[in-house]
Amino acid sequence: MGNYILRRLMIAIPSLLGISVVLFCVLALAPGDPFEELATNPNVPPEVRAALRAKFGMDDPVFLRYFHWLTAMAQGDWGFSFVSRVDVDQLILQRLPATLFVIGLSQVLALTVAIPVGVYAATRPYSVFDQIANTLAFIGFSLPTFFTGLLFILLFSITLDWLPFVYRSDISATGWRWYWEHFRQAIMPICVLGFFQAASMTRYVRSAVLDVIRLDYVTTARAKGLGERVVVVKHVVRNALIPVVTLVALQMPAIFGGAIVTEQIFRIPGIGSLLISSILANDTPVIMAVTFVFACLVVFFNLVADILYGWLDPRISYR
Amino acid sequence: MNEKQLRGMIAKVKDGRMDRRSFMHKMLGLGLSAPFVSQMLVHSGVAMAQTKWDYKPTKRGGGGPLKLLWWQGATLLNPHFAVGSKEQDACRLFYEPMANWDPEGNLIPVLATEIPSRENGGLSADGKTVTWKIKPGVKWHDGKPLSADDLIFNWEYAKDPGTASVTIGSYKDVMVEKLNDLSVRVTYKQPTPFWADAFVGTRGSLLPKHLFADYIGGKSRDAPNNLKPIGTGPYKFVEFKPGDLVKGEINMDYHKPNRPFFDTIEIKGGGDAVSAARAVLQTGEYDYGWNIQVEEEVITRLEKTGGKGTAQISKGGNIEYILLNHTDPWNEVEGERASIKSKHPSLLDPAVRKALALLVDRKSVEQHIYGRAGLATGNFLNAPEKFNSKNTKWEFDIEKAKKLLDDGGWKPGADGIREKGGKKLKYVFQTSINAPRQKTQAIIKQACQRAGIDLELKSVTASVFFSSDVANPDTYTKFFTDLEMYTTTMTQPDPELFMNQYCSWEISSKENKWQGRNITRWVNKEYDDTWKAAQAELDPVKRAALFVKMNDLVINDNAIIPVVYRPRLYVIAHKLKAPVSGWDTDTGSIEDWYREA
Repeated sequence: MGNYILRRLMIAIPSLLGISVVLFCVLALAPGDPFEELATNPNVPPEVRAALRAKFGMDDPVFLRYFHWLTAMAQGDWGFSFVSRVDVDQLILQRLPATLFVIGLSQVLALTVAIPVGVYAATRPYSVFDQIANTLAFIGFSLPTFFTGLLFILLFSITLDWLPFVYRSDISATGWRWYWEHFRQAIMPICVLGFFQAASMTRYVRSAVLDVIRLDYVTTARAKGLGERVVVVKHVVRNALIPVVTLVALQMPAIFGGAIVTEQIFRIPGIGSLLISSILANDTPVIMAVTFVFACLVVFFNLVADILYGWLDPRISYR
Repeated sequence: MNEKQLRGMIAKVKDGRMDRRSFMHKMLGLGLSAPFVSQMLVHSGVAMAQTKWDYKPTKRGGGGPLKLLWWQGATLLNPHFAVGSKEQDACRLFYEPMANWDPEGNLIPVLATEIPSRENGGLSADGKTVTWKIKPGVKWHDGKPLSADDLIFNWEYAKDPGTASVTIGSYKDVMVEKLNDLSVRVTYKQPTPFWADAFVGTRGSLLPKHLFADYIGGKSRDAPNNLKPIGTGPYKFVEFKPGDLVKGEINMDYHKPNRPFFDTIEIKGGGDAVSAARAVLQTGEYDYGWNIQVEEEVITRLEKTGGKGTAQISKGGNIEYILLNHTDPWNEVEGERASIKSKHPSLLDPAVRKALALLVDRKSVEQHIYGRAGLATGNFLNAPEKFNSKNTKWEFDIEKAKKLLDDGGWKPGADGIREKGGKKLKYVFQTSINAPRQKTQAIIKQACQRAGIDLELKSVTASVFFSSDVANPDTYTKFFTDLEMYTTTMTQPDPELFMNQYCSWEISSKENKWQGRNITRWVNKEYDDTWKAAQAELDPVKRAALFVKMNDLVINDNAIIPVVYRPRLYVIAHKLKAPVSGWDTDTGSIEDWYREA
């Protein structure tokens, strides 16, 4: 087991290096520079822009810039944002809480909806409940989040005026009111993301449960005279959830990566909106850092999923 | 209008036979910017109009929170690093310049006791020096007094190339010396008619010496106060999250009486323009929304259904215009496309250029696309529409264009496209990807088609179009097509820098890595001479006449085709009163904002 983990970690290094090379090259080849706004401003002589580019090392050859970045990164220096002139790790840490809160809760919501609905639908396949759940799930993952997001805003903020649609990271209230205000402004984004996730997960859970429920050992359990509830919860769901666990583990990076579109719509100051604004501003160090962290998380959670799999299902062994 | 006529009019203003306002309107009609006209009057001994802003509150504070929504958040809070207007806006809550511009284009003292003039001895007769007097008793937020040393420091800080400031252009060629604790003298190398640049407006916000002195040059990025501004402004810094939030609280020691009105202020960033307009006009969650580039139809609907606020404009000098390439973009001369040595096969014919100008339906563009945020104009140097209609000569007339082309010998070929000597009137017309621009392109294409000119429309992603990437052929400065359209910005009230974009030495070419500002590659000796004359001319009246002449030279030769003059559109809650100047940042006079009861 220890051997296996070590081997996997060793394999992860070249793949991360590969990812970083690709990311860096794509960014270097992309057009534009962070001082674009200066280009159309007649008050700023072109030399100023040239001097800024030179100062931030943007005129060096790509491979040189890459090695600068790599050596700095290896020493824990994430570089600084060309646009804000602030250290990148500071920027990311500032954005992390909002992302963890909103995306994390939306995943929790997705699971709490998907598992009971999926299991119940699978135990009664093709019943009315199953049909309705299926239809709703289908609608749920067919509607993109930017569309449902706008619908929610139009309905709950503008027509009904119940919820604010601009997410604020600086709620001034204290005590319970502070929690409530935070939660209130997060309801819409959490629901939008949560239901979207729940829709596909429901279908996943349902099919996993359906696969298991027909197996002989379930019939055996029923034949032993166990109650339906015990059969489903203790025998069926336990085994059926193994693939679902993998699915959830692979979703984890998304929690840190933020939901780009949803964060933009609701103005949530999370990692996703940081990524999109730095892409728009051609702020290479920030884009590199965010995407690279994202890549690391994907690699790491893949490993976690594989290990979890073996722990949950002893039939799988590591060699 | 020549110098003599101008002088006559100014004399009338002086002895009261003509009111200041109508003089202003006449000048604007000639394409001069409001601040420029103001300067002209001051020089001729007519006092600057007292700013008419009616500030009602009678005590400091008590206004509750002021919530502003910028759909792109400020990324930094050091005015010398402020790349775009969003940063400048945020910086102005905390930092202040010596003087700023009001909506009419007058200079208003902020940290200065008075605006320098010939009468008060602030300006020297040779036009080389400006003396600024600092208001006594102004304190930084940490209690230290503001003094001449701070001004000297800001000059040294900004002009140091190692600092990598974006304000370097305003400071590198001047000398600043301390006269006494509360006054400094700015010396220019040559006579400078428009001196209100260093220490003024967006270029002039002052950093405190005692906090930044150790961070000049290469260490500029390490200054802890880059993120925690301590200025002289009406609000004190509370919190900053780059790209998301700027928060401030009232400065109880602010140097102007009864100001500011609001107890706290915040600028929230992010999202998109339409939903920012919604948050102000429909839900009222915010009081003010910046730079609302939204189609007129949408804005009007939001205003009607929301009822919480209105959309308004602030007039600056930006203009959306079409450039006609004077060189040949399709063939290489000495390995360079659109080389200065080449000639465009058909656009050099004045009849063709005139015809193209007649085929731009500015009225439709204004009515159907830009609405309030784009006013049809025939001038390159901007003028608000209601003032300029009498004097400008733009028209839309397909028949007249056809006749011009017929007379010029351009006859329709078998495919309906006009040609002469084997050269067809087929052009590629490029612009950046932006819905209003594509619609404008379509309107022009239709008209041209009816007149027998074929336009191929090309749209380039904005990040490519406006980049300075030397390797990319699609940038606006390379201009490797026949026509192109974009907005040129006039950020400074003085037209000198703005008008250098037609000087022959500014031609954008391979040699200067396409950094030159003359993108049409139009060459006109008379224009060059006029610009040089204006640069050295100290008498504002003569200078104004020269700028009018430059505008006329460009327009009458149809070197470019102005489309719409573009004021900035903002949305504002009903009770909020805010003087927003198009010549300054939106928050340029944030201390004067208040809410009516």
